[in-house]
This record gives sequence, structure tokens and C-alpha cells, in this order.
Amino acid sequence: MPNTTQPSVGLFVTCLVDLFRPNVGFSAVKLLEDAGCRVSVPAAQTCCGQPAFNSGDRADARAIAEGVIKAFEPFDYVVAPSGSCAGMMKSHYGELFRGDASWASRVGAFTAKTYELVSFLTDVLGIAEVDARFPGTVTYHDSCSGLRELGIQKQPRKLLGSVEGLTIAEMQDPDVCCGFGGTFCVKYPDISNAIVERKTADIETTGAKTLLAGDLGCLMNMAGKLKREGSHVEVRHVAEVLAGMADGPAIGEKR
Amino acid sequence: MHLTSPQFKSNVDHALHDAQLQKALGNVRAGFIDKRAKAAAALPEFEALRDNARDIKDHTLAHLDLYLEAYEKRVTESGGHVHFAETAKDACAIISSICKSVGAKTVTKGKSMIAEEIGLNDFLEADGLTTVETDLGEYIIQLRHEGPSHIIAPAVHLNKEQVEADFRRVHKDLPGDRDLSEPASLLSEARAVLREKFLAADVGITGANFLIAETGTSVIVTNEGNGDLTQILPKVHIVIASVEKITPTLNDASQILRLLARSATGQDMSVYTTFSTGPRRPGDVDGPEQYHVVILDNGRSSMLGTEFEDMLRCIRCGACMNHCPIYHSVGGHAYGWVYPGPMGAVLTPTLVGVDKSGHLPNASTFCGRCESVCPMRIPLPKMMRHWREREFERNLSPATVRWGLSVWSFFARRPKLYQFSTGLAMRALGAFGRAKGRFSFLPLAGGWTKYRDFPAPEGATFQQQWKAKRGAA
Ligand code: SF4
Repeated sequence: MPNTTQPSVGLFVTCLVDLFRPNVGFSAVKLLEDAGCRVSVPAAQTCCGQPAFNSGDRADARAIAEGVIKAFEPFDYVVAPSGSCAGMMKSHYGELFRGDASWASRVGAFTAKTYELVSFLTDVLGIAEVDARFPGTVTYHDSCSGLRELGIQKQPRKLLGSVEGLTIAEMQDPDVCCGFGGTFCVKYPDISNAIVERKTADIETTGAKTLLAGDLGCLMNMAGKLKREGSHVEVRHVAEVLAGMADGPAIGEKR
Repeated sequence: MHLTSPQFKSNVDHALHDAQLQKALGNVRAGFIDKRAKAAAALPEFEALRDNARDIKDHTLAHLDLYLEAYEKRVTESGGHVHFAETAKDACAIISSICKSVGAKTVTKGKSMIAEEIGLNDFLEADGLTTVETDLGEYIIQLRHEGPSHIIAPAVHLNKEQVEADFRRVHKDLPGDRDLSEPASLLSEARAVLREKFLAADVGITGANFLIAETGTSVIVTNEGNGDLTQILPKVHIVIASVEKITPTLNDASQILRLLARSATGQDMSVYTTFSTGPRRPGDVDGPEQYHVVILDNGRSSMLGTEFEDMLRCIRCGACMNHCPIYHSVGGHAYGWVYPGPMGAVLTPTLVGVDKSGHLPNASTFCGRCESVCPMRIPLPKMMRHWREREFERNLSPATVRWGLSVWSFFARRPKLYQFSTGLAMRALGAFGRAKGRFSFLPLAGGWTKYRDFPAPEGATFQQQWKAKRGAA
């Protein structure tokens, strides 16, 4: 018998987590369940539509958004382990349906209940600490959409502060873009490289052994660069550390 | 300025390999950001001022015709002349004919981005006039026959040694063994050279930060005081400004002024803020005999009422480029025209056509830092996205991008098919990548693997594993 006082959460896995790093999805499920949520993963989800939206293809972005909204209607909340996808859904879906009265209330309800994972834990559920251990020094990169569209900055640091054995060494510019930018990094690889080079230099200067962030796109970009540079810094999604599920190989490490 | 935006990619390549430029860009990254942050933090009402400034401009743009009329009336009452120029060419022709009407030979100029936009110097020089830039940065790039690389710091792409070399090359009559090792010595040398030019000039041309409808006043802000000498000493003062510089009242302008220098350089105010209203009146100790204002449209009125209208709030503070990771990487010239950085990525396509400058709004990670510091709260990434939409509608996006996107969208709209195919693909990719955990080369991902390894997937997708563990939702 499901406990009806528990909030029901539809997990929006995000396409990158689904394809490249399912462990982040399972970490998110654990964190949400530990916090007392009932978690479901609707099968009818693929991507939030951001690649189409940011490429100027509104028609496809809107069609994808309609699918997402429908798939998540049964839940109290929609939670994504990504500031970028959550930002797309929360801050931009409204624009895709502007002037369409038949969708207005559904879109409004959807955007109001959509959150990024870590800020959902702290700001909505009031979680102040997690039960996890991760010995060592980490540095945290503020991914752009989460930081500037959703105001995520203190929340991950607060929860990381409760992880046993973990210390944070801040970068000089943790809030500067890593150069990923979705399709940007393959459309303008030379500029993207110049930006990520400054980022990895900043990361190395902290002396941290582990780099964390809340968005897999940025993490894959920075991990890819660090590995190419021969760095020993390990790269993980913040949810993996918070859930105590960071014992497997880091991003880009052999299995 | 010669348009090279269509060659954005080769401009970028050039910029990334230019060691002098890269060194200078280090100064941009270090110079502006902390100062702005401190200035903003020191003013408790800073965020409220931003809201207010946005509202002032929005109100003005909604009633632009009324305020333009009121402004013209006031200028005329104070003895000045207002000229409306629809195009860049019209503006140049108006200015040139004013210069000719007084038999001018030498023209001094304060810093003006509009003059850059309309190519004023080249036009006047072709008409036989000598133009002298009096802002230090503009003076330097004029010596080098370059365009500005930044809207408030036109020579920010240069290092001190390069400027020293230019001064030694051009100021031949000065002693060769003089000491020019300090920025201050460069500044005083430029001042000495320019002093003679100020006195010789027949016409002084300045831009304007505001045109105040209430009083018919033009306002300039500078840190060098060169603008004041440009507009006071010659017998004719010509102001060149674009339509959106209209501001209803002195009070409105003062509010926006509180944001301008703080956002630009982190100063509370620029060193000089100068208000000019009409020509010299009887009894005035100084001032020009004639006062002209040339108001340029150049496509701006067609932005009104469109998704690009917000861009007309821009006060040209430069904060967006100072905080832009793309600008930090390639500098201003790579953008290929007068306006670089995020504001240029939005404005340039309106002024020269998106078919010629389509790279600009695409070369952005949408990190949003520009919008977060823009004093006028201009949603720059959103407007770059609007340009991408226009390109997409007009089939201007590259064929490979469109093809990739349509294949991806086809699958993304069909969850069952998507999960089936990605499941297969990730298993294969995961199996290949297992040994090393990453790929140093991947077909179709050359843009990524040229500089980075590509992290291999775990293997089975989340959806596959979830189904196996918990069954379908
Ligand atoms: S867009 Fe905003 S930040 Fe950029 S120059 Fe204009 S006012 Fe300044």
C-alpha cells in the first residue's frame, strides 16, 4: 500500500544520465527515497527538448515538451538531476506555449512543480544533511543554467558539507562557464577548448582530487579535457557523492 | 569598419593563435569583473535601480515618437538643429555637409560607437577632411587603422609595448630616447599631441549617452575630458547618436547614470559627465557657435514591437562582453564588426543581416552571465536564440546541423523507439569503451575528440536497468 502522505516524484532522468551514467539516476532515486518520496520513472520520456530549442527549432521543442508535460502529469513533483534540463523545463517551457490558452494551465502546473534535484532536496523538502561518506577534497563547479536560471549555488555546498570526510576547495571562478554549451562545443570546438582549458587550470590549482557538478554535460566536457591532459582529478556528479554511491569508476575512467 | 563577420571561424582561429591578443585578453578577464562586482555590492539599491532603468527605457521606447518630437522642439528652442538620418549614409552626408558649410578642414572627435557604425571617419576623409580621434583608445586604433575591439575600451586588445611602438612610429618629431615605459607617459604624450589638434579643429563631433527630451540636452561621459574639449573649442559641435538614446527627463538620465559607470568600469561615476544644451548663448564664456544633433535610425525603428526591442535598452556599458567567456577567448575583432560580445551578437544581425553574421548568435554557450550583469536587464541569450529561430525558419542553419537535429528530434518524439535504439547503441558503445573508460577518437564526434576524450557510457541505459529492477512505471 503506497503511503499517500509521501510526495510522489516523477524522475526526469535526462538523456545524458540515461545513456551515459545511469548511476546518477540511481543516486537521485536513493536521495529522493531517503528523503521520503515515492519515486517513479515514466517510460515515456526521452529528452527535455533543449537541443531543438537552442537550435532555433521551436516546433520540435514544443512537440517534445508536450510529451514531457503529459508524461509527468500524474506526479506531485518533477525532479531532474540537472540544472540545465530543469531550467529548460521550468524557465523556458512557458515560452514555448505562450499565447496557447488550451495549454496554459497544464504548462503552469508543470513548471511550478519542476525542480533540480539538489535544490529540491534542500529548498522543498528541507533536507539539511545526507548520510554519506566521501573522504577527500573536492571542488564544485557551478553549472551555468542551474546557477543563473534556478539560483543553485549554496544548496549543493550545504549538503556536501554534511558528507563525512569531505572538504571543499573552491576554484577561483567556480561560476564561470566550462565551455560545454550543448551543441556549442562541437559547433565551435576551438573556442570551447579555450574555455575548458581555463577551467581545468582553475580546477588543478585547487589541489582537489575530485571535481563535482550537477550537470552531466559539463562533467563530460571537463572530464574529457582533464583526461586528455593526463590529469588525475576524478570527475563525478554531485548526486553520486551525496547518495554515497561514488565507489564505482569516475566519469571517463575504466570500468 | 570592414565587415568580416561571415569569416567568424577564421577570425577565431587567428585570434586564438595571436599571443599578444591572448595576453591582452588576460587583462580583460582580470580587470573589469571584480570592480563591477564591488561597485554593485556597495550600492544597496543597485538591483532596484536595474529594474527602474529597464522600466524607464521600456516606457520611452513605447512612446519614442512623442519623446523624439519633444526633444527636437527643445533643441530648436535653445538654438540648435536636429537632423534625422534614416541610414548610415544619410548620417554621414548630413555631417559632411555641415562641415563643408563652415569650410572645415580639421574635425576632432570624441568617442562614438555610432560614428564607428556609420563609418564616419572614412566618409569624411574621402571628402577631404582630416579627422582626429581624441579619446586615447580611439586615437591609438586610428594610428593603427583598426576598428575598436571593445565598446568602451577600443584598444583593449593591445598591450602597452604595442602602443609604445606605434607612438614611436608616428610621433617622429619627438626625441627618440624619451621614456614611454609607463602608461602615464603614453597618456601625457598623447595629450600633448592632441592639444594642438583641439585648437586647430573647426568642427567637434561627439556621441551621446543620453538625449534628454525634457531639456533638449545631450550628455556624454568620459574619463579623459577629451569629449569636453572636442565639443567646447571648435565653432561647430555635432552630436551623432542613435534614436534609442532618447531619455525623457534629467531625473531618468541620472538614475541610469548611477548604473552606467558601475557596470562598465566599477567607478561610481565616470570622471566627466557633461551636459550640453544648444550653442553658446550671449554671455556664455565658451561653447560652440553652432550645435547640431544627428539622430540615426539605421534599422532600429524596425526592431520596435519585435522580439528584439529589448536590445534598444542597451546603454553600451560593455559589462556583457567583460563577463563573456567567448569574448574572453577571442576578443572583439573576431566578431567581425563594430559591436562585439553578447550585445554585438544580438545587434549586429539586425544592422548587417543575419545571413552575414549568423555565427555571432550561435557562438554562445548560453551561460547567461551577460544577462546576469546587464544593468538594463536585457535578456541577451534569449535574443540570440531568437536569431537562431529566424535562421532555422529561413533555412540558414548549416545542413549538417539541421540533418542531425531532425534525426534526433524524430527519435526524441518517440520514446519507445528512442529507448530501443539508444539501448542498443549504448551497449555497443559501452562495450567498446570499457577497456579505457573513454574514447580519444569517435566517428562523427571530431569536434569533441580533437581536444577532449569522450567518456564512455556505463553500458545498459538507466531505463533498461530500471525496468529490470523495478518494472515499468
Ligand atoms: S547589453 Fe547590457 S551589458 Fe551589454 S553593453 Fe548593453 S547595457 Fe551593457
